[in-house]
Amino acid sequence: MSILVDQHTRLVVQGLTGREGGFHAGQMAAYGTKIVAGVTPGRGGEFGLDGTVPVFDTVREAVEKTNANTSCIFVPAAGAADAIAEAAASGIKTIFCITEGIPVHDMVGALAVVQQHGARLIGPNCPGATTPGVGGLGAKIGIIPASIHLPGDVGVVSRSGTLTYEAVQSMTDAGIGQSTCLGIGGDPIIGTTFRDALELFAADPATRALVLIGEIGGSAEEEAAAWAGEHLKHLPRVAFIAGRAAPEGRRMGHAGAIVSGASGRAVDKIAALEAAGFKVAGSPTELPRLLIEAGYTKR
Amino acid sequence: MKIHEAEARELLARAGLPVPDADVATTAAGARAIAERLFAAGVPQVVIKAQVLVGGRGKAGGVKLAASAAEAETTAAAILALTIKDLPVRRVLVAPAATIVREIYLAALIDRTTRGVLVMASAAGGMEIEEVAAKDPAAIVREVAHPHGGLLPFQARRLGFGIGLRGELLKQFCLIATGLVKIARESDADLVEVNPLAVVPAPETPGGERLICLDAKVTLDDSALDRHPDLAAWRDADSEDPIDREAREQGISYIRLDGSIGCMVNGAGLAMTTLDLVTRAGGTPANFLDIGGGARADKVAAAMRIILADAGVKAILVNIFGGITRGDEVAKGLIEARAQQDRVVPMVVRIVGTNAAEAAVLLREGGFETATSLDEAAEKAVALAAAGGGK
Repeated sequence: MSILVDQHTRLVVQGLTGREGGFHAGQMAAYGTKIVAGVTPGRGGEFGLDGTVPVFDTVREAVEKTNANTSCIFVPAAGAADAIAEAAASGIKTIFCITEGIPVHDMVGALAVVQQHGARLIGPNCPGATTPGVGGLGAKIGIIPASIHLPGDVGVVSRSGTLTYEAVQSMTDAGIGQSTCLGIGGDPIIGTTFRDALELFAADPATRALVLIGEIGGSAEEEAAAWAGEHLKHLPRVAFIAGRAAPEGRRMGHAGAIVSGASGRAVDKIAALEAAGFKVAGSPTELPRLLIEAGYTKR
Repeated sequence: MKIHEAEARELLARAGLPVPDADVATTAAGARAIAERLFAAGVPQVVIKAQVLVGGRGKAGGVKLAASAAEAETTAAAILALTIKDLPVRRVLVAPAATIVREIYLAALIDRTTRGVLVMASAAGGMEIEEVAAKDPAAIVREVAHPHGGLLPFQARRLGFGIGLRGELLKQFCLIATGLVKIARESDADLVEVNPLAVVPAPETPGGERLICLDAKVTLDDSALDRHPDLAAWRDADSEDPIDREAREQGISYIRLDGSIGCMVNGAGLAMTTLDLVTRAGGTPANFLDIGGGARADKVAAAMRIILADAGVKAILVNIFGGITRGDEVAKGLIEARAQQDRVVPMVVRIVGTNAAEAAVLLREGGFETATSLDEAAEKAVALAAAGGGK
């Protein structure tokens, strides 16, 4: 078991014919992900991924012809929000957007379309998700390097890309495997929050412990901590927050922090997580040891 | 990207919102000419405001009143000679001094929590909104604009009634609130703040009062500047350090700090973590630097130039977790950069992930000091900096 991505995933890659889309589709397929379609407006009728995957002009057509149920978006920033809205309006229920640098007002509009259609968006500006499988195979969506994973039962959720790799690699090196690793993205407006991700992991019987990797800014970590303190008492849980040493006021305007009712500082996030029963690491390399201290036992 | 009050006022004026009859001058004589025009129009007093992209300009002497054209000229000359928080004052805004009955706060901004455009209003204008939020959070009323329709008329009314407005002022307030959201959406602004939105005497209008946007602050979304070349041209080159400009043009995210260990990392979260671990190991980071995903050798060389431009750097820590970024590309960039640089600074390099083995060969041949774990890399960098007189 896992969350969001598994052997039932039928993936459409929006932007399959582009450089990034094509390269990472190859990596995803090599890891065992079932890629059923590509979408690039104007390139319908072609085949991508060494001639094995049909390309369509619209997501609707891709869904009708291939029963795609999940999308991964590599469309350039100017068109990515529209690609998200198109996927949602075409019946795709799980949408990953890898694209970085989408204008934030575009995201406000796209997210409303996602919600209107009852779909789930992960990202944008996220590395995606991997559900590791036995023998170096599993299912992955996005750009997380397959080599860092080990199948197991610890759920990982993170706002960051390379920091996630660092944390997952340290777990794998310590022999601690992952149920699913999920990057939710670092933009101010994202579809799936830490709290949403924790709810998904809580409903997954194969996840027996949790790692949360947050960073300064906003109050999503505090909100997730409050929920976890109530609902995840049965799971060992550890966290790392990046940005303890960051200077204040360089990343976010004060007005945004006011609205959220918190200042976005690392110390406040760490305090909120500790109050909710998380063990908080001082370095990503400490996460495996803290998992054991929190009561996690390797199977 | 922050823009000056003068340009923020321009955005409001283009949207048809009430703003002062003001103009910008770069010389004292220019300020005098604007003041003369305003006095001729019957204005009793003018205000001269320094255009700098930092807060606290009033306290620094950057905002002054003048009662005559001659006084406006000498006052403008004095303000144009100021440097406020390291920023030279190059321009002043000359506007009629308003008689303020009371002040309102109004802003439209991108909000992470509601994931929309949030409009906030408070009857306690003039003060910083942070102060109001701390002292009396109930004094702030909020509405989230419709994701496609903007601020709807009933939402604007709720905000206006919420801060105690009635009649003619309420009508004007609704137009202004709706207008701020429209500006935010059309200009791709993260923040459009009017503080104060002033109630001023207006004997000619029903009720005898009207609203005017006396000061405005606008921040534009950097990710959307490509589609607004007219607004991008408002970038204040003076307020941007040349090194910051090079970083921006190279697509490198760089923030200078005041420590001695220069850091080069891929990914913002890992870059922050690297600073944390340097600090934990007893060192002081000289900068935050994220070379981004998929950086090639030339970008790595540019990042090295940017780090070395800071004379306080005594050691450099390179930390790369290859994913999209290929380790051997980074190693090539480091070798290239070292051949070009005129200042020799000890360096510790950690490259893991994609093509790390190829990178290791290049680094070994190049005689670089390397590290396996992030903690080890931070400790080595701190030791190198200490040996070089930093910490």
